[in-house]
Amino acid sequence: MCDCCGGNHEKKFVQLEAILKKYQGMKGALIPVLQEAQDAYGYLSKEVIEHIGEHLDIPVSQIYGVVTFYSQFHLNPRGRNIIRVCQGTACHVRGGKAILEAVQKQLNIKAGQTTPDLRFTLETVACIGACGLAPVMMVNDDTHGRLTQELIPEILTKYS
Amino acid sequence: MDMVNITIDGKQVRVPKTATVLEAAKAVGIKIPSLCYHPELRPEGACRVCVVEVAGARGLVASCVYPVSEGMEVRTTTQQVREARKMVVELLLANHPQDCLSCQRNLNCELQTIASDLGIRKIRFDGEKKQCSIDAENPSLVRDQNKCILCGRCIKVCSDVQGMNVYSFANRGFSTTVVPAFNQGLHQVACTYCGQCATVCPTGAIVEKDDTQAVWEALSDPNKHVVVQTAPAVRVALGETLGMAPGSVVTGKMVAALRKLGFDKVFDTDFTADLTILEEGSELIDRLQNGGKLPMITSCSPGWINFVELVYPDLLEHLSTAKSPQQMFGALVKTYYAEKAGIDPAQIVSVSIMPCTAKKAEAVREEMRSSGYQDVDYVLTTRELGRMIKEAGIEFANLPVEEYDAPLGISTGAGVIFGATGGVMEAALRTVAEILSGKELDSIDFNDVRGMDGVREAKILIGDLTVKVAIVNTLSCARKLLEKIRSGEADYHFVEVMACPGGCLGGGGQPIPTYSETRQQRAKAIYECDYTSTIRKSHQNPAVKELYDTWLGKPLGDKSHHLLHTHYKQQNRK
Repeated sequence: MCDCCGGNHEKKFVQLEAILKKYQGMKGALIPVLQEAQDAYGYLSKEVIEHIGEHLDIPVSQIYGVVTFYSQFHLNPRGRNIIRVCQGTACHVRGGKAILEAVQKQLNIKAGQTTPDLRFTLETVACIGACGLAPVMMVNDDTHGRLTQELIPEILTKYS
Repeated sequence: MDMVNITIDGKQVRVPKTATVLEAAKAVGIKIPSLCYHPELRPEGACRVCVVEVAGARGLVASCVYPVSEGMEVRTTTQQVREARKMVVELLLANHPQDCLSCQRNLNCELQTIASDLGIRKIRFDGEKKQCSIDAENPSLVRDQNKCILCGRCIKVCSDVQGMNVYSFANRGFSTTVVPAFNQGLHQVACTYCGQCATVCPTGAIVEKDDTQAVWEALSDPNKHVVVQTAPAVRVALGETLGMAPGSVVTGKMVAALRKLGFDKVFDTDFTADLTILEEGSELIDRLQNGGKLPMITSCSPGWINFVELVYPDLLEHLSTAKSPQQMFGALVKTYYAEKAGIDPAQIVSVSIMPCTAKKAEAVREEMRSSGYQDVDYVLTTRELGRMIKEAGIEFANLPVEEYDAPLGISTGAGVIFGATGGVMEAALRTVAEILSGKELDSIDFNDVRGMDGVREAKILIGDLTVKVAIVNTLSCARKLLEKIRSGEADYHFVEVMACPGGCLGGGGQPIPTYSETRQQRAKAIYECDYTSTIRKSHQNPAVKELYDTWLGKPLGDKSHHLLHTHYKQQNRK
């Protein structure tokens, strides 16, 4: 038994145990294990990373290095809705920065952060391939184009 | 071994096939400037300062990681090479705080040296500076990521030599840092405070916590009686911080310098090293005769103690309960010495000079207050003492040789060899063998236990008992040993473990740089100190005898138990 969670990891880590079992003894298992663990828990908590380290016999410092290297991994809980504001060239020219500022102001968080109620996570992207609609942002899988600062509050109310 | 022939700057060289270009050049006396490269650590090829031209290769190659091959032609000093090196260093400096004049590593910094060697007079780029917070929450080490050049040496010494894996590269691109997991402070992770990272850091990114200011203040306070103890390994290394060659024995000059700095009494940790032998030796005899926990393992090295408490708490009973010499000394200064000298212990400030950064953390452990006060108030490393001597303007090389003060400055050759790996074992054997057999040893040199190998074993015949011993240095080797003990494979009676390579003489508080030759030279000097001692067995130390006869009673007695022994407990950092 590990000591990472006061001994009740059986309940807490059922899904993780299954993932680890699937990759047991496999070389190069770390990244797929991290990906599947993140799918299961939404993000990679310290406890989850420590548990993975113990089972794969990889130092936690190194796993932290891997997790912070790839932008696909997240160390903090993510919002239910992911906002991606485009900061690519076309959007930049058409005022993408002002859109980002409007979202930041509306949600009172900065890019890369999540609202305390876990409703939104705000990120920036370099291009989403919808330059004709610039400036543009995505919320989850919805694309919102030809944005102005004034449109932001109303768009965000659609997502709970 | 397969050999290849290559040409470096027109010189024919025959080198092993496995060599790198940098190693091949070194073999023929050609020094290629380098920065992240460290001869005792896996090369990283990170900084690109060591670039050279190889005929036929695309672009310049990093010689520290580029393997040799038959017929290779290398040029190390062309215009292109020199310009590339300069550019690399300029780019590093562009992101560097450049606060050299007030940096703890000023004049002992590899980045500064390479900038000077390459003749950099102007930094053409104005780069962004990192804005990382400084990690100074632990008693031993200070980490300033803003000065880090990402060479990776600390990561490697911590993982490959010490097996602790505290550090890793984190993040990416310009945001890359070298940090413990989750960017925690060293006090929050399983760090033993051994300080090896600080000794290999090329810049001021990891340094010992500087306690010199507090000591200066105590020295200038007329109401304080300031006493100092000096660890065995300091006397063979301090000279290096003051321009002398590695292996210079500077005991007498160091004593003179400490008096000049204003210490009221200059004592020697070797005295309590001898005392440690009597307590620990008696404990060993007791464990051997009364079925105690074996193997018994030494407890002098605080990095090692942290390691067991952090990683192997189930094996704590194997540790000798004897305190380290530093802490025995601290406990006696504010009791025995205070009584004898008629000084109020509240007025005593007890300072120690140690080759070690973990000693700083040991001194502030809550158990280390058996005198009723903090037993050791301030711990300075060899490097810090070197800086104080410079600050006072003392011309060290011209100092007369002076003697330690009595009685806590009286010691034996057995005490001084504590500074080398195998020394505690040898000192203990000299005493335990004579006590157990009841007769004097013919030879007191136990050559089997000396040397620098990570793990050494010996069988010593004492009377009709064959004592099996092991001597271990570095924490990665200690881990192997503890695994064997845990599985029941190890049948030793007595084991000495030192956290640092070579023992205390290679400690985390010792002068920078420390290479394997440096350690050899310091070890040679330590054994010289032993040979030239008039008394070479701890149990023959007259001051220790007097301490027992007039005050302490007997080894493992009540007073000893209270002042000189301790207990260990699991630490939960990870």
